[in-house]
Amino acid sequence: MFFRKQKSWEISESEVTDYEIYQNRRQFLNTSLAVGLAGALPSMALADVAKQPKPFSDVSKSPFSTDEEKTDFESITTYNNFYEFGTSKQDPAINATAFPDESQPWKVVIDGECDKPGTYDYQDLIKAFTLEERIYRMRCVEGWSMVIPWIGFPLADLLKKAQPNSRAKFVEFTTLYDPKQMPGQRRAVLDWPYVEGLRIDEAMNPLTLLSVGLYGKELLGQNGAPIRLVVPWKYGFKGIKSIVHIRFVEDMPQTAWMKANAREYGFYSNVNPNVDHPRWSQAKERRIGEFLKRKTLMFNGYGEQVADLYAGMDLKRYF
Amino acid sequence: MQAWISNVISEQQLSANTKASVVKTFLFILCLLPLIYLVWGLFTDNLGANPVETLTRSSGLWALRFLLITLLVSPIRWYTGLTAIVKYRRMLGLYAFFYASVHMLLYLGLDQLFDIQDIWKDIVKRPFITVGFISFILLLPLAITSTNKMMKRLGGKRWKRLHRLTYLIATLSCVHFLMLVKADIREPVIYMILLSLLFFVRLFHSLSKKKLVSR
Repeated sequence: MFFRKQKSWEISESEVTDYEIYQNRRQFLNTSLAVGLAGALPSMALADVAKQPKPFSDVSKSPFSTDEEKTDFESITTYNNFYEFGTSKQDPAINATAFPDESQPWKVVIDGECDKPGTYDYQDLIKAFTLEERIYRMRCVEGWSMVIPWIGFPLADLLKKAQPNSRAKFVEFTTLYDPKQMPGQRRAVLDWPYVEGLRIDEAMNPLTLLSVGLYGKELLGQNGAPIRLVVPWKYGFKGIKSIVHIRFVEDMPQTAWMKANAREYGFYSNVNPNVDHPRWSQAKERRIGEFLKRKTLMFNGYGEQVADLYAGMDLKRYF
Repeated sequence: MQAWISNVISEQQLSANTKASVVKTFLFILCLLPLIYLVWGLFTDNLGANPVETLTRSSGLWALRFLLITLLVSPIRWYTGLTAIVKYRRMLGLYAFFYASVHMLLYLGLDQLFDIQDIWKDIVKRPFITVGFISFILLLPLAITSTNKMMKRLGGKRWKRLHRLTYLIATLSCVHFLMLVKADIREPVIYMILLSLLFFVRLFHSLSKKKLVSR
């Protein structure tokens, strides 16, 4: 057997700083400093711990809004499916408090089958559009629902600016991939980054919203800051969060959930009480804040605006 | 002299009995804590945005946990010599049944509004409900035959054979859990590993017993 004697100048393995900690030494210094300052200035400390979302001014009302009772802000911001920040409903509210990192400006790439592709700074991107408040029902595939007052603008407004060409049959969306900021991405629960897609006519429908806020303020990390998709007649997972890439494509995109389980998650994923998911009956839903279940509406109650998109399609087959 | 000895014995017996009943009371309250916590959480609005889901999930989880704890009693007895703990196994098993019943009632009442047709459709249609339902039905005969009277009526051997259903029930419960998660299977896998460890201990124990006999 080989024995190795420790030299007098050597330090034992246990005393060596972990590489990870060494790598993050500046962050460590910063946080120590912040903690020190926090002790001296308690008001500053609060601002540092949880991001304070800025309110929007000049937000117009929308005729598409429902007058149903809104789900409370607390529930909307603490009960989230956002696997990039953990798989339990409470995880995103805990892990996304500092997201997105303000020192890195958020960019959105728009490209693919269009005449005016480009990379936009998020702040410049939203400046061009009039923001409106839209109070939409949100139905999750798991059988619960909320009523959320979103702030945003129609996706169509943005897509038209990029001038899609005749080959643009679908629009593909991609979430940020950054395991440093999104700890959930360190495990292969889904095939990261998260990808979603819409048919071009679905994307152009006036109901389809790019949202940047809710309850009059900027989106919090757990709700998909800074910019996310809202498609109220589809199950919630179609509403991809924290978008960095919008691409016009000719072929139907493979979405993250289709890749995970194609038998259970179809491309369309329209809310449909008559087509059951193998695990959740879709006939009923529990509105957050209520104890008993209520009936689920076809297209989540938005049939008037969207039913003709699917005229002649067998919705049991194209689920 | 004779009287004195019998006196001492009965006193010892008495103190052993009081000790057991003190432990039993303590254990009874301990096992009730999850329920107390949930009810307290419900009335103080501490169960999150979807309290019904929290109640259903937690009661199901506690049923599974108590099943595993019940299966842990025998291995502890074999390897620590703490034979007395068998006295508490019935209570643990009945607690598994109790939490499973709460789980079931929440599903039947708050999810299905006790609509028999809807419930039947659900059991037939959704495999994870089917599996969960079967494991609850299998728990019923075990709960019914848990009394001393029933034990005597069935006879030790038959009673034991019947109560081996616990293994099947625990397995089905783990499968039920695994089938209902969307993508992150970590938690149900942990319970499956714990259950297979319990199986291995039993297998090992019965093999080593056979060896002793054949020698």
